[in-house]
Formats: sequence, C-alpha cells, structure tokens
Amino acid sequence: MRESDHDLLRWARIDARRLSLDVSREHLLRWYRQMLLARLVDDRLADLRAGGYASGGASCRGHEAAQIGCIAALSIGTDFILPYYRDLAAMLALGMPPRAIFLNQLSRGSDPISNGRMRPAQWNSRALNVISASGLVGTQTLHAAGIAFAARIRGEAAVALTFFGEGATSQGDFHEALNFAGLHHLPVIFVCENNGIALSTPQGTQMPVQHVADRAAAYGMPGVIVDGTDLLAVIATARDAFANARAGKGPTLIEVVVPRLATDAPDPRDPVLALRGYLLSRQDLTDAQDERLRADLGIMIDAALQEAVNAPSPDPATVAEHLFSDSGASSRKEA
Amino acid sequence: MRTITYREALREAMREEMARDERVIVIGEDIDGYGGTYAVTKGLADEFGRERVRDTPLAEEIIVGTAIGAAMGGMRPVAEIMTINFALLASDQIVNAAAKARYMFGGQVSVPLVVRMPAGGGAQRGAQHSQTLESWFAHVPGMKVVMPATPYDAKGMLKAAIRDEDMVLLIEHELLYGIKGEVPDEGVEYTVPLNRGEIRREGRDVSLITFSRSVHLCLQAAEELAKEGIEAEVVDMRCIRPIDLDLALDSIAKTNRAIVVEEGWKYYGTGQGIAALLYEYGFDNLDAPIGHVTGVDAPAPYAKNLEKAAFPVRNDIIDAVRRIMPQRVAR
Repeated sequence: MRESDHDLLRWARIDARRLSLDVSREHLLRWYRQMLLARLVDDRLADLRAGGYASGGASCRGHEAAQIGCIAALSIGTDFILPYYRDLAAMLALGMPPRAIFLNQLSRGSDPISNGRMRPAQWNSRALNVISASGLVGTQTLHAAGIAFAARIRGEAAVALTFFGEGATSQGDFHEALNFAGLHHLPVIFVCENNGIALSTPQGTQMPVQHVADRAAAYGMPGVIVDGTDLLAVIATARDAFANARAGKGPTLIEVVVPRLATDAPDPRDPVLALRGYLLSRQDLTDAQDERLRADLGIMIDAALQEAVNAPSPDPATVAEHLFSDSGASSRKEA
Repeated sequence: MRTITYREALREAMREEMARDERVIVIGEDIDGYGGTYAVTKGLADEFGRERVRDTPLAEEIIVGTAIGAAMGGMRPVAEIMTINFALLASDQIVNAAAKARYMFGGQVSVPLVVRMPAGGGAQRGAQHSQTLESWFAHVPGMKVVMPATPYDAKGMLKAAIRDEDMVLLIEHELLYGIKGEVPDEGVEYTVPLNRGEIRREGRDVSLITFSRSVHLCLQAAEELAKEGIEAEVVDMRCIRPIDLDLALDSIAKTNRAIVVEEGWKYYGTGQGIAALLYEYGFDNLDAPIGHVTGVDAPAPYAKNLEKAAFPVRNDIIDAVRRIMPQRVAR
C-alpha cells in the first residue's frame, strides 16, 4: 500500500519563530486551556459511553489542535461554523459550555442543542453561528457553500468554516460543494480532519490520491496540508485561508493531518502533550501550574456533568413538537 | 382580473416577491440562460441580476444543498429542479437535511426554502422524466407539499410558500404551464393558504377527490356525467401535506360516494393515503367502496399510443363513477 500522509509526517515540532508567528504567553495559555478542557470533557463522555449511560458521538482525541487552531483564526459571531460529529474541541473553543455538551449527550429536555431530539454531537447554536451539523457525512459542505453565497449577496464579511473527515471527501456532496465554491470564489474554508481512517477503512482504500489536499486542484482552489498536532502551524494556515476568503480570493481546502488517539496511554503524536511541552520549554507553564489548571477544569466539568445528570428527560408529550414554524396541521380531523 | 398562463403566474409570483423582499433569490439549472427549461424564470436574471438569479452546475444536490445553506443563512431561496425526477438526486438534502432541521435542533433552525419542480407525464418524455413522486416526499414528517392546478393557485401558493418559514415543495405539472386562467392584476396582493383545498364544482352524487392536472380531467368528466344526471363534486386537494381532510370528509358526508383520481401509480401513493384517511374518519358516510383512478402500474412508456394508455383519461373517471353508482341512477 502507498504511504499515507500519516507516514510522511513528522509530528508536532511546535515553534512560533519558524512560523514567524507572534504569540503571547496569554494566547498560548488560553489555547492550552481550551485543549485541556476538550480532553477532559472528552474523557467524561468516554466514561459515560463506556458505562452505558450514553451513546452516540465520537471522540475528538488527537483532533484538538486541528479544531482549536481553526477556531482561533475566525471571528466569533460573524463567521459560520458547519462542524461534524468529532468537533467537540471546536465547540468548546467557540464558547459552547460543557453543560450544553453533557445535556446534549444525555438527551435532556433542556439540551440547548436539540431539546433531546438529535443524536449527540450534531452541534447547533444560533448564538455562535454553528449550523447544520449532520449525521450524514459531508452534507454540511454544501450548506457551507450556500451560507457563503448568501453572505456575499448581502455584502456581509462572513466566512463559512466547515469541518469533515477524510471519509467525507469521497461523497458527492463534497465534490459538488467544492465545485460550486471554487466556481464562484465563495468565502468558504473546507477543513478536512484527516485521521487516516474512515470508521475502519484506511485512507489507502478510500481514495486514489495520496493527499486529500490534492483534490483541491480539480476545483480551482488551493489545497494545503498541515500537521494537525501543531497548534501554531494550524493557526498560521487557517489565518491565511481566512485572509484569502475575506479578500474575495475564494475558498481553501485545508487538510489537517491528525492522529485518532484511542487510549489514555501517552502517545508522541498527542497534540495536548505537544503544546504542553512547548509551554514548559518556553517556561510559560510549570508542572505545578499545569496540575492546578487540570484540577480547576475538572471541578468545573464535574459540576456541569452533575447538573446534566440531574436534569429531567424531555416530556414525552412534546414528541411531535418543533416540526413546523406553524402548527403544520390543517383540518381538525387530521390524524 | 385578467387571463394569464400558469407559467406567467409562477413568474409573477417570483417577480413580486423578489421586488418585495431582497432576501428572495432563485437558483437552478438553466434558469438564466434558458429562462428555465419551461421558461418560468424568463427575464428574472435581467431584472434582478445574476447574483440573485443563479444558474448552477448540472448537479441537483448543489441546487438544494446550497439553497438550504442560504436559507439557514438568512435568505429565502426558490430552488428550481428541472423535473421532480431529478429531485431524487437531491432527496437526501430534501429529506434528511431540510425537512428535519427544525425538529432535530429543537425548533431553533428554520429552512425557509421553496423547491419548485414539475411532475407528471403525457408529453412523451419517457420513463425517467414522467413520474409523479409527490408521495415519496409527502410521506416524511416536516414536509409541506403543494400541487396547484390553476394559474390563480400557482401564483398565490408560490407567494405563500416563499413567505413561509418552512420548506415547501411546490410541484407543478408540465402539461399545465400553458393553461390559462383568471388571476388578479399584477401587484394586486393575494396569497393562497398552504393547508386548504378547494371545491372546484359542487355536486350531490359523488365526490371526485383529486389534485394537480387531474382536477381538469375531473371537471371534464363531471360535465359528461351531468348529462346522465349524475352531479359530481370536484374536490381539489391541492395541498398534499398538510392535507385538508375536512374538505374531503365534508364532501363525502354529502355525496356518500368517492373516487380518488390521480395520474401517479396506485400502490402506496397519495391516492391510497387519502382513501385510507377517508375510510378511517368517514366510513359511516360511505355507501360504496372508494374508487381509485390512477396511472397504469408501469414506468411511463414513450410510444405515443402506449403513453396514452398509461395515464388516466376522462372516460376512466366516468367509468369509475358508474361502477359505484346505484343502478337506479338512470333518472
């Protein structure tokens, strides 16, 4: 089998100077906090699933820097985000509270994402401009193109950022979305979180090209590959893509190569450990500060989880609610 | 009032709504270059610009998928699918994304989208271009499906659909584009509700329950039946979902007999759905089994004489009525 992107990569060697990035300690610590938060919430969700308390959703372990790096480059409240089901870290970085994540995972009536109606991890938030996460792989890429099209007609500065796995790039929707976005130079950023495996199918048996980014050539847009465990490299790449989109230069396909980390065992590809190591080397963080941060986050997360556990399930009498803006019914005798 | 075609009525509806609300955009294949395959959108691009009247690549998922995104992003798109037959390519976006979005997200997401498309056969377009598939979509909760039969309804329902907060599938009929009918003058404001049917002809003896082009066949059949002394009531169900069941139930409470008439296939279709509801809620008012006139159970053939045999004609309706009338009816 061919080499995959994963074989080619040398995993995170974070270095702001190499990227000519001007980042402050404050920024780095904020992003590190977001990465830790995502990791710790992900752990709780894994526990809930393993314990049989919840089902659905997928781990973002290994994808944290890829997602947070892209969110760091966008303008919250202006830009639109069309995620897929692994984008837990992206949602937390945007500002979705852990309480919302747990209420959603446990399908509570007060689940602000769907009122208990949607499979967990199909994110939605009007306030954060998070739209249309689908359980169907790749369909949201077309919605991203449509939102960008609408924004341009209205003369708004919004960029549509959409995430998906490499498996989605074999879907027709992906082809159609990139074709339309490329054709009209729409302000869309297509981010492929390539973890090398679609459910169980390795990349080499999914596509005849070596890099997902190679597919961009067919749609008249740049395709960029970036090490998704290197937070700063992702930020630099995403900033370029946003700048191009806002300048009317059209869409970008970013292939963020990430590991799908399965266990809690230390892994040299772990983006959280990579950023931690960088912070320690810069003396922006001490071991004691790191432990304190983890403990504080843990307390906050456990409180949110407890609140969700205690929240009631949806009222069964509401099962048919929210189908239409109006009642959707006509005649009183209708079944 | 003046008399215009069904096609012109649809175009006027879009023109008026585009002028009234800058969020209204039109998107589809060849809607600019050709003015639409059935010339419904002719002139709109010149009037409103090519950003608001957008020709797409030949890909139905682009049309519906980007229109859904635009709708969720604050626009009011009218998507034209060349024919309902091609909507199968976009059915994932229609069924799985647009129809479910509000429910899945607990009432927080609206998809104010209109998908316009013709259905129906009779113009020698063959098996893959002559289908009537509204029941495939109407089956899904969250779907609004309407099928206007007259120019008045075409304009009024399209305007109502554009203003609706939910997705509406407005299914036209390719043999209706050229028919003429009375429509209020341009700029005279009216809409037609998306949940009410209409009695097209009153009668006491039998209810012909129908929609779309078959309304006109039923009206012709009713005129013939009247010569035999049988007064048929023609009930235009025009809203397939939500359905105006009361209208049909009130009609059979009066006539005690019903024939459901459609050009689609018999099994598991719209007509069977309507008949089942009439049995469920109107059984006590029926003096005879409900008759059902449909297209023949085969893909639409191409040869002219075969195609003629495949779709219902006026006399099929007359025969069906005679079969369920009491013999004493020779008045």
